[in-house]
Amino acid sequence: MSEYLFYPGCSLQRTARPYLDSIMAIQGILGIGLAEIQDWNCCGATEYSAVHHIAAFALVARNLALAARQANGAQTVTTACSACYLNLAKTDSYLRRDSQLNEQVNKSLEAGGMHYQPGELEIRHLLDIIVNDVGLEKVKNSVVRPLQGLRIAPYYGCMIARPDRDHRWDNVEHPTALDRLMKVLGAEVIDFPLKTHCCGGHMTQINLPVAYDLIRRLIHSAHEYRADLLVTLCPMCQLNLDAYQVEMNKYFRTDYRVPIVYFTQLMGLAFGLDADTLGLGKEFIDPRPALAKIGVEAPAEVPAPKARPPKGAKEALPMPRMPAYEEVEE
Amino acid sequence: MSNGTSVHPDTLASAPTGAPGSFLDEVLAATPGDSRLDMCIQCGTCGGSCPSASDMDHTPRQLFAMIRADMREAVLRSSTPWYCVSCYYCTVRCPQEVHITDVMYTLKSMAIRAKLYDEAIAPDFSQTFIDYIENYGRSFEFGLATRHNLKHRLRQAPSMIPMGLGMFTKGRMDLTPQRIEGIDQLRSILACAIELEAVG
Repeated sequence: MSEYLFYPGCSLQRTARPYLDSIMAIQGILGIGLAEIQDWNCCGATEYSAVHHIAAFALVARNLALAARQANGAQTVTTACSACYLNLAKTDSYLRRDSQLNEQVNKSLEAGGMHYQPGELEIRHLLDIIVNDVGLEKVKNSVVRPLQGLRIAPYYGCMIARPDRDHRWDNVEHPTALDRLMKVLGAEVIDFPLKTHCCGGHMTQINLPVAYDLIRRLIHSAHEYRADLLVTLCPMCQLNLDAYQVEMNKYFRTDYRVPIVYFTQLMGLAFGLDADTLGLGKEFIDPRPALAKIGVEAPAEVPAPKARPPKGAKEALPMPRMPAYEEVEE
Repeated sequence: MSNGTSVHPDTLASAPTGAPGSFLDEVLAATPGDSRLDMCIQCGTCGGSCPSASDMDHTPRQLFAMIRADMREAVLRSSTPWYCVSCYYCTVRCPQEVHITDVMYTLKSMAIRAKLYDEAIAPDFSQTFIDYIENYGRSFEFGLATRHNLKHRLRQAPSMIPMGLGMFTKGRMDLTPQRIEGIDQLRSILACAIELEAVG
């Protein structure tokens, strides 16, 4: 059993709870142990560094210092969130390369009675651990319900493969780790051209039309490739492409229904676990029709309240309109 | 015949570092690590790779030319950094290896400090987000979404209610924030770091 220090991050506590549930459900099968870093704090996402340039690193460094203190044997920190991964990896790599920044950050840590020696820990995304440490052979041998007949669009998003200062991936624009993993689960994997394009990031909070445009590009491409599912490894991507897919449909008056699930949920299904244990059924776009293809019965979706139809199209092509009764009667 | 000391005038004109006191110099100094912004060759690969370039006032290339031209206020007023989605496409494609995303973060923080931005929605979102971190140590989605939507998107807020309710019924949203045990420790660390930023 290989032990890792695990940084869950804020999203996995709630909005991406199904991601956490599925990770916890498969770790034993994979033979890995994930020890949560005690009392970790938020990584700052893409917001802290927009306001403070040194404190943004100090914020992340506290987590690294906590992890290093807790490390007994395990020297690798792993996380399943792409933004957390980027921030943890970036902090360690910048502190290693910039002695002035390292000095400033460690001086700040001292104010809290802590210290971090850059390079002390290895920072790696969970996908990297599964593909490279556990290995595809072991994953393949654990498959009891192959994902035969499921067409999958493997979606990495941005922050896992870029900027990749420590060269952990085969390519910053067209990585293949997730493709290969899904293939050993028995799925039909699409060579998804937009696999590392942006999901909109925090634009869903700042400028909705800009975000909807980015979301539509990805969903439309997955739809064109007749994907049954789009598989993701990032909580932000899942939220934007799933919950905001509904809003995007209203905005453009489209009716895309591409379900967005986490790669660990599909691994769990292939390992024979039931959908409930893996947190499936909490999506906005129902994945059950797709999962029925592999004989999985997901729990009934909790119905979301019906949305009011949009008033007047925005920027979409004009639609033919049937005259209402009162308009016809003279 | 050259003894190695003569310098071509063109080389001087494109001296690799920002002149002392210049805006370029200020941006370089405020960016952690070596941003290599002074190495920009104005090729435009950044704008061509950017998913939101068409929504920006200036493409990143234009903005970097403006930094070199010392157009401090125009640069800090530009919407460009606020439309950066941190996808890092420009950064990995830049032939000069300029850390463009990092420069965008620097420009955001400088604009906030100088209060030079036309639309407050993006800076306010960042500020609200970090307020929760400083109060609780963790992000709090419900509070963040509520505060942010009430302040900036009141008109759109009602249309967001179904999604919000959906998040609750699916068990994907908490009504109360979680506070870390070491919140005082975290605050001391951040306060010290912010003080160091002020010193420069």
